[in-house]
Amino acid sequence: MTTLLKLEKICTAYGQSKVLWDIDMTVEHGSSVALIGRNGVGKSTLLNSIVGVQKLTSGRIVFRDQDVSVLPAYGRARAGIGYVPQGRHVFPQLSVIENLTVGLAALSGRTDVTQYGIADHIFDLFPKLKQIGHRKAGLLSGGEQQQLAIGRALAGQPKLLLLDEPTEGIQPSVVKQIEQALRRIRVELGVTIVIVEQYLDFAWSFSEQYYVMQRGQIVRQGSTHNETAAEIAHLVNI
Amino acid sequence: MQESAYLLGQVFNGFSVASLFILAALGLALSFGLMRVINMAHGEMLMLGGYLAYMTLQVVPGPLGILAAMPVAFLGAAILGGILEWSVIHRLSARPLDTLLATWGVSLVLQQAARNMFGAIGVEVVAPTWLNHTVSVDSGFFKGLDLPFTRIFILIVAALVLGGIALVLNKTRLGLYVRAVNQDRPTAAAMGVNARRIDLLVFALGTGVAGLAGVILALLGPVTPTVGQSYIVPAFLVVILGGLGSLVGTTIVSIIIGLFTALIEIFVDVSVAQVLLLVFVILFIQIRPQGVISIRTRALEG
Repeated sequence: MTTLLKLEKICTAYGQSKVLWDIDMTVEHGSSVALIGRNGVGKSTLLNSIVGVQKLTSGRIVFRDQDVSVLPAYGRARAGIGYVPQGRHVFPQLSVIENLTVGLAALSGRTDVTQYGIADHIFDLFPKLKQIGHRKAGLLSGGEQQQLAIGRALAGQPKLLLLDEPTEGIQPSVVKQIEQALRRIRVELGVTIVIVEQYLDFAWSFSEQYYVMQRGQIVRQGSTHNETAAEIAHLVNI
Repeated sequence: MQESAYLLGQVFNGFSVASLFILAALGLALSFGLMRVINMAHGEMLMLGGYLAYMTLQVVPGPLGILAAMPVAFLGAAILGGILEWSVIHRLSARPLDTLLATWGVSLVLQQAARNMFGAIGVEVVAPTWLNHTVSVDSGFFKGLDLPFTRIFILIVAALVLGGIALVLNKTRLGLYVRAVNQDRPTAAAMGVNARRIDLLVFALGTGVAGLAGVILALLGPVTPTVGQSYIVPAFLVVILGGLGSLVGTTIVSIIIGLFTALIEIFVDVSVAQVLLLVFVILFIQIRPQGVISIRTRALEG
């Protein structure tokens, strides 16, 4: 396997207070990685730093052998990093189709793109999105918004998909659908996945590798095949 | 003159005043909505448009001069706006109060530059003869109603500009990105939208429209170094009352204020009308501080 994403001693701060301390992480091409930890340990900040929404104070992010830490957020999206933010952050006043179309912005300037419209496989993964294509995203249910947020990220044909708590506040039947969709995204589309998740069983169900964060640091990492979610739970639960 | 004709005449006047407000405020609404930036030099973009109209007419005299002046004023003001955004506003984006001061400074510099180049006394842009006609109703219910061509022209320009911007915002990819950045800037950036470039383009578009408004102002009176100042206060009123950054709100409020001013002048003189307008604005803001149009969704409320 080749390395897709490598974080080298990443540090981040909000003003004077440091929130991430020397984070090292390696994500192999085609793999799925779970990033777990209690609330407020810096998981979302770490994803935001990879995406470029949050600035680094030091460290380096290497993606597909390119140092992307120097790129602005839109440049990283165009390099192939897709993002599903916590709380979904769909554009509330835009329709479902318009939200997906914004996702196409990440295709700009890419040479490896074969299809410039909204790819069919997005509607294949989330048939509901086609039915409600003209509804305003702000009026959708939480589950529908989550599907839209994932679809929007996929519209940019990413190599890496970062998901921040995709099951948060979503009813169990939809969680199941999202889990299946993520599995297909990985297998059929070959997209590498990094997922921040509090719901450990969900994270374990399709990740091979896990990282545990505490107080802005990685305190443990390993393979989900060697350890069960229950064995790790004490590091995550309060 | 019949009462009905007079009333209709005032309504028409109200709409033409509203058109001016729309043109003057659109650019402010666009850039404020997107960047939360208050551009104190917006009035000077109107002034620049006026002077560019004057200069264009020196080069292209004759009936079509004013039509040539419009793209010139639009482009001239848009380019200056682009430079202002790139050199001052974007660099101060995290410091709104400093932006206020800096753009005020730019406004003073531009006024003085105009004074040095064209003199403190205004220059005159003579409306072409085809604009000097008046449509008069000689018989029927509205007998005695006069509609000057100039004012009809203003209405048409405002309608075209408004329609054009609505088209760009709602039907183009650029417009979609503008709306996305407007609603959630970090997420739009994370989706690959170059928000920085969108800011620059929208700001230039807004100042370009102000330049166009300047051409229209030049048809109504002399162009002076401070001509923009008298329109900047109503323009801010319109932007605030409209609901920050909403084009529909801007249009509705422009029409309300235009009609209010024109109709109240039937009963009171102009200065009292101004006082009553401000009283109306104060009351309105008390009742509906978010403006006519506000963005509310499940996502934002949740």
